[in-house]
Amino acid sequence: MLTILFDGVAYGMLLFVLACGLSVTLGLMNFVNLAHGSFAMAGGYFTVVLVNRMGVPFLACLPLAFLFSAALGALFERTLYVHVYRKSHLDQVLFTVGLIFISVAGLDYLMGSSQQFVNIPEMLQGQINVLGVGVGRYRLMIIAICGLLTVLLQLMLTKTRFGSRLRAAVDDQRVARGLGINVGAVFGLTFAFGSGLAGLGGALGAEILGLDPVFPLKYLIYFLIVVTVGGTSSITGPFVASILLGIGDVAGKYYLPTLSAFVIYCIMIVMLLWRPQGLFARPR
Amino acid sequence: MTDPALSLTDAVTAFLARRARWSPLEIAFWLVAASTIWLFPAKHLILTEICIWALFALSLDLILGYAGVISLGHAAFFGLGAYAAGLMGKHGLIAEPLLALVASGIIAAVIGFVTSFLVLRGSDLTRLMVTFGVALILREIANKYSDITGGADGLQGVEIGPVFGRFRFDLFGHTGYVYSLAVLFVLFVVARRIVQSPFGLSLQAIRGNPLRSSAVGIAVNWRLVAIYTLSAGYAGVAGALLAQTQAFASLEMFSIERSADVLLILIIGGTGYLYGGLIGALIYRFLQDYLSELTARYWQFWIGLILVAIVLIGRDRIGRWLAPAQKLAETISQWRPGRARPAAIEKAEP
Repeated sequence: MLTILFDGVAYGMLLFVLACGLSVTLGLMNFVNLAHGSFAMAGGYFTVVLVNRMGVPFLACLPLAFLFSAALGALFERTLYVHVYRKSHLDQVLFTVGLIFISVAGLDYLMGSSQQFVNIPEMLQGQINVLGVGVGRYRLMIIAICGLLTVLLQLMLTKTRFGSRLRAAVDDQRVARGLGINVGAVFGLTFAFGSGLAGLGGALGAEILGLDPVFPLKYLIYFLIVVTVGGTSSITGPFVASILLGIGDVAGKYYLPTLSAFVIYCIMIVMLLWRPQGLFARPR
Repeated sequence: MTDPALSLTDAVTAFLARRARWSPLEIAFWLVAASTIWLFPAKHLILTEICIWALFALSLDLILGYAGVISLGHAAFFGLGAYAAGLMGKHGLIAEPLLALVASGIIAAVIGFVTSFLVLRGSDLTRLMVTFGVALILREIANKYSDITGGADGLQGVEIGPVFGRFRFDLFGHTGYVYSLAVLFVLFVVARRIVQSPFGLSLQAIRGNPLRSSAVGIAVNWRLVAIYTLSAGYAGVAGALLAQTQAFASLEMFSIERSADVLLILIIGGTGYLYGGLIGALIYRFLQDYLSELTARYWQFWIGLILVAIVLIGRDRIGRWLAPAQKLAETISQWRPGRARPAAIEKAEP
């Protein structure tokens, strides 16, 4: 029971790191970036190549994966995404679905369609006993890293100058512009940062979620649920939503193995009926 | 001198009636389509596919082009219709294919009706998630109950009886093509009638501004429910057509790739005038033929590239390139035997 809870929390934390960038871009520019998972996948594959082919230590790869995806995100943001911000949601959907397909087919071409595995160092394998509960070391590390990141993110949003600029831009873009905040730059930085987090999530999650070229399509529904259920006005919302989703999914797989795939959809439907505007949405 | 309000009503009625009339270009379009039955007998298999894609895109046009609902999982209803028709054929529930087709469409419409209440809640993003989720759920159901649906292997052993008890589905797809084209034409005429009715006009008003349309007394939610249900039924019929002509149904019919393909088809052809899906299907199928010859396995890559390119270039800009052709089409459409530009339009327009 506690093990399931623990695994669920680890899974949920991972989902949060993967999806929180998406919720910020959505809240900031009202931009539907369905291709968010592609940046996560890029981070995952980057790690696979570094660890398995070049022998870079796994832990050193994590920040590199972050930087790689962040750079990729910044590049795409400046060259392609900027042209699509002002277009309709339909255009944004078409554009980002197109990007997903390109990334899926591209990675299939470069790396093959089979699932990739990262060589995890031995010290992260196996289980340890904490208060009589068997706990996977790797999942413990995920919780530690993701928990730390969440606290850092929250501090960054609430305490730093950049954070207050970001929140101002999310709340009211026009007024923020009027106060001299360079919303475009804030957005570019945030986009890159969010993509970087996704890349880090992809690197961490390769072991748990599995990594193959259809990754962005397979987990798209999870990202969408996290963002719609959690709302886009804070990071607390998506965080709670991810943890709930993670625990629900893991518990569903354990207790109702035949129906496990339906559990997350049921969560989604119940949430929608109960709070159509998201868990923590503020009335506008 | 008549009452001005009355004459305005007359003018509007006359204008709408004129808009609803079949233009020579449309008649020519369908005559050409019908002539392919005799002109290209060797291409009937591929033409059948085009018909089915066209019908599927038409169903998406009803919600996207007329009501402005973005769906990322329209394949849900396509797959549902396909499995319904396939199962009916396999177990001989309804021997007459046409009846089975109608039944499959109704089944898809019922599911469309039920899910429409979820879809209509919330923003565009919620709609994306729900439509996508519905497709995933249906796919998962088809996958789980593999003793009925055949699971990942697809539904095999489907046997479709002869249409009207006389015309068997042959190996070269002649019957299949005439059948599909006839279904497409009938459903197209129905859709055309619907979008030009006051109901269809109110949908366009909703797409333009939901708040304002509810202020002038349009029941926004119920109209959206109605068109979503209809669209789901159309998609179901399209799927059923595919299952009947190919005697097969598979999980792939629920996939997001199929939902994205149909979006692409509609975007290529243009939304909101019903012919978009038909023209788009034609272009798409030949494009697919050409590109798969280059790289069969990475077809998806090209779809992605085309989508990205269309958005970056801009749909309105592409529309402007085609403006001369549109103008020509309009000139032909407005041409009537024995009469120049009708006077009532000028009266109605200012």
